[in-house]
Amino acid sequence: MTEITTSRAERPAKDAVKDESMLKQKAMMAGHYDRLTSATERGEKVCATFVPGNLNELIMCFDFANNLPEVNAIQNGLRKKSGRYVMESEKLGHSEDVCTYVKSDIGMMAMGNLAPNGKPLPSPDVLLLSYTGCFTFMKWFELLREQYQCETIMLHTPYEGDGWVTENMRNYMVKQLKEEVIPKLERVSGVKFDIDRLRENLKRSAVAEDDLVYVLQSAKNKPSPIDAYFGGIYYIGPIFGAFRGTDDAIDYYRTLRAEVQDRLDNGRGPVTPEGDMGEEKYRLVTEGPPNYTSFRDFWKMFYDEGAVVVASSYTKVGGVYDFGFRHDPERPLESLAEYCLGVYTNRSLPQRVDMLVDYVNEYEADGLLINSIKSCNSFSAGQLLIMREVEKRTGKPAAFVESDLVDPRYFSAANIKNRMESYFQMVDQKRAGVKGAAA
Amino acid sequence: MKTFIGIDLGSTTTKAVLLDDNADVIGRGITNSRSNYDTATRVAKLEAIIDARLTLCRRALKDDVPELAGRLDDFLTRLELGFRREQFLEQLRDLEQTCIDHIDGDRFAGQESAVTDVLEAVFSKLRDEAAEIYGPNAERRSDFFRDIAGSRYLAVAEDLAKQAGLSYDLLLNVYDKSIIEVENRPPSEDMSGKFLRSLEELVNEAPEFGVDAATVERAVKSALGVDLEEAYLVGTGYGRVTLPFSKEHIRSEILCHGLGAHMMYPDTRTVLDIGGQDTKGIQVDPEGIVENFQMNDRCAAGCGRYLGYIADEMKMGLHELGPMAMKSTRSVRINSTCTVFAGAELRDRLALGEKREDILAGLHRAIILRAMSIISRSGGISDQFTFTGGVAKNEAAVRELRKLVVENYGDVTININPESIYTGALGAATFARRAVN
Repeated sequence: MTEITTSRAERPAKDAVKDESMLKQKAMMAGHYDRLTSATERGEKVCATFVPGNLNELIMCFDFANNLPEVNAIQNGLRKKSGRYVMESEKLGHSEDVCTYVKSDIGMMAMGNLAPNGKPLPSPDVLLLSYTGCFTFMKWFELLREQYQCETIMLHTPYEGDGWVTENMRNYMVKQLKEEVIPKLERVSGVKFDIDRLRENLKRSAVAEDDLVYVLQSAKNKPSPIDAYFGGIYYIGPIFGAFRGTDDAIDYYRTLRAEVQDRLDNGRGPVTPEGDMGEEKYRLVTEGPPNYTSFRDFWKMFYDEGAVVVASSYTKVGGVYDFGFRHDPERPLESLAEYCLGVYTNRSLPQRVDMLVDYVNEYEADGLLINSIKSCNSFSAGQLLIMREVEKRTGKPAAFVESDLVDPRYFSAANIKNRMESYFQMVDQKRAGVKGAAA
Repeated sequence: MKTFIGIDLGSTTTKAVLLDDNADVIGRGITNSRSNYDTATRVAKLEAIIDARLTLCRRALKDDVPELAGRLDDFLTRLELGFRREQFLEQLRDLEQTCIDHIDGDRFAGQESAVTDVLEAVFSKLRDEAAEIYGPNAERRSDFFRDIAGSRYLAVAEDLAKQAGLSYDLLLNVYDKSIIEVENRPPSEDMSGKFLRSLEELVNEAPEFGVDAATVERAVKSALGVDLEEAYLVGTGYGRVTLPFSKEHIRSEILCHGLGAHMMYPDTRTVLDIGGQDTKGIQVDPEGIVENFQMNDRCAAGCGRYLGYIADEMKMGLHELGPMAMKSTRSVRINSTCTVFAGAELRDRLALGEKREDILAGLHRAIILRAMSIISRSGGISDQFTFTGGVAKNEAAVRELRKLVVENYGDVTININPESIYTGALGAATFARRAVN
């Protein structure tokens, strides 16, 4: 997920085409980084936390500015800075195969810890680890704790190994929130917890979540008015980051929904960096994160071929909303617990398969494409099994490409393009049978 | 006659296949890719057309000259050798003239006529050798003009330059400038003339065939006169995007290998292709349609080039590796599939006193283990299993593959076609045929 901000000087030669919602998001992100980088001088406390299991509504109750290290890594990937940072952290002793979000973050800290606005990011006052489905997160925060020597809070989220959430799991999390997380946040911030304030934040979250789901599900139309992977990464930005529960998020998703509605009404396809996509030829479901260092090149391999992603699992890592879950002001702590439990990366392999099969069928996709991430075992383990199972259950062909999150050394454009082309031709063959295979 | 052409632009060689209307292969051609896919395409296609003419000659002679029964293969081999000799002489003339044209510049000042004299003497000698090079029992290490003419030119020129008191460098200089030009020049269009000159000589000099010259000439002329109409062409392989082919004339090599293997063995369900720089595991359905595929990622260790590197390390010819590994009685375990590390491991094992054949057997096993991993990622091996690509010609690699297939998948039919290097081009030609029919 990400919020994408690119300064003019660093923009590719050809400026990307942007909708109003994208410009709005850009302004929101610029504001976010300005708030973060001026937090210390304004006397504002800073909380660092991760995207999956991000408890923004709760963090807001204590007036913290929310700093998300993964988002910083993604920004650095998109801005072509992560390569240097990854190498810097390797110099500091982190091995080649370690998660490159971590290495980009560590490298960034070692090289001045500068935000996209060029100003130094503040040291966090508290580290809130609210999700542990990825063990690397725990190690990452250990490194940050070592660096910043600040209060560290861990909210343990039980893995959905059996494929569902039990009462015990929810209660266990609520207990942690009441007894560990909230008291510590109160202590660090000096702000007394007010559950009504949390309810107000959650109410705003649910409004934005409704509009997000409308936007994501608009891809069921033909042609799809959105790309739910490359475009989807923009769409999830505010809600996965520091804006869920804010009026800004409500405005953003209202604007976005109106834009998508307009596209739908006019039969237009998704917006791409080069304008509206041409004829929709392939509808795909994707599994796995994208590559951020060659994001635009990767996307181009899709839209040049008329391929649109109609649903993706990656746009669910910061919350799964399209199967009905909403943050609920009536059950504030319980719904925060359910939110953490339900994020995509906390789901079991069979649940992930079910979700992808459902997407292929519901969105009438031509098949599944997996982008497997070299340095993310948490995501990648089991992906070949997922692929085979989805193929078997949907009868649709799948393909598998490999790259990395923010390490530019692991994106081999020629090889990936070769596979993508082969895959599209394979879909053609499947559709047309023997005779049409050559048409 | 309508023909359908498939071109496979590989990283090492470029292959062409010509199909007729009945989906029969009538011609195959191969050439080195020489970093110039335009020329490689043209040459491979021309080679396939030459081969197609020979196929048509075979058909005509079989019907019209029954007395050749039992000796037709021999007759056609001789006819082709004569044709190749004519072709060689033609390119030699071109090379000579091009070399002479390049005698220019300060370094040749005052020596122009001496260099010209030596060049004429060199090429005269090479022309004299042509009959022997293309004799019925001669063995050639390569069929490519650059290799045959080049090796002889360098040897003869060195000798004659010394005798003439000239610097060998001058002769090397003109050769280096000229060979690329000649290699990239379109061959002459007079294919029939070369075939007929070869035929005339064959009939005159090989009375043992006991054929009537007029009858044979009529049959061969009829074969040469058949109009080979290019109905459709499909390109595949790594070089495909660099060609001026429109999109509908391009297919991915994965689909082409899948379909090509299906055309060779219709019951194929799994294909392994080990090429110069990639290894592909492909699953196909009963119609030859690709259902899934996996390829090596980010690294080409374990592919054909790996063997080339090992051959260089061991100062052996590529084609000698397999036979030597076959002599092994115990396989040395080589853990590294990284090409460079494997070289280091190889030297280490040699230093420890391991036998070359045992080390080579271990290296072949390492390659196949890597291929097995790619196949299993693509969905494993289903009966029948077809192995294609240059490495399929390596008997030691095949031996390891058979062992590992039996160990992991039990009794599976393994197909290896002697023409497997043309699998991708055959698939492309089949796509071309389907596009029209």
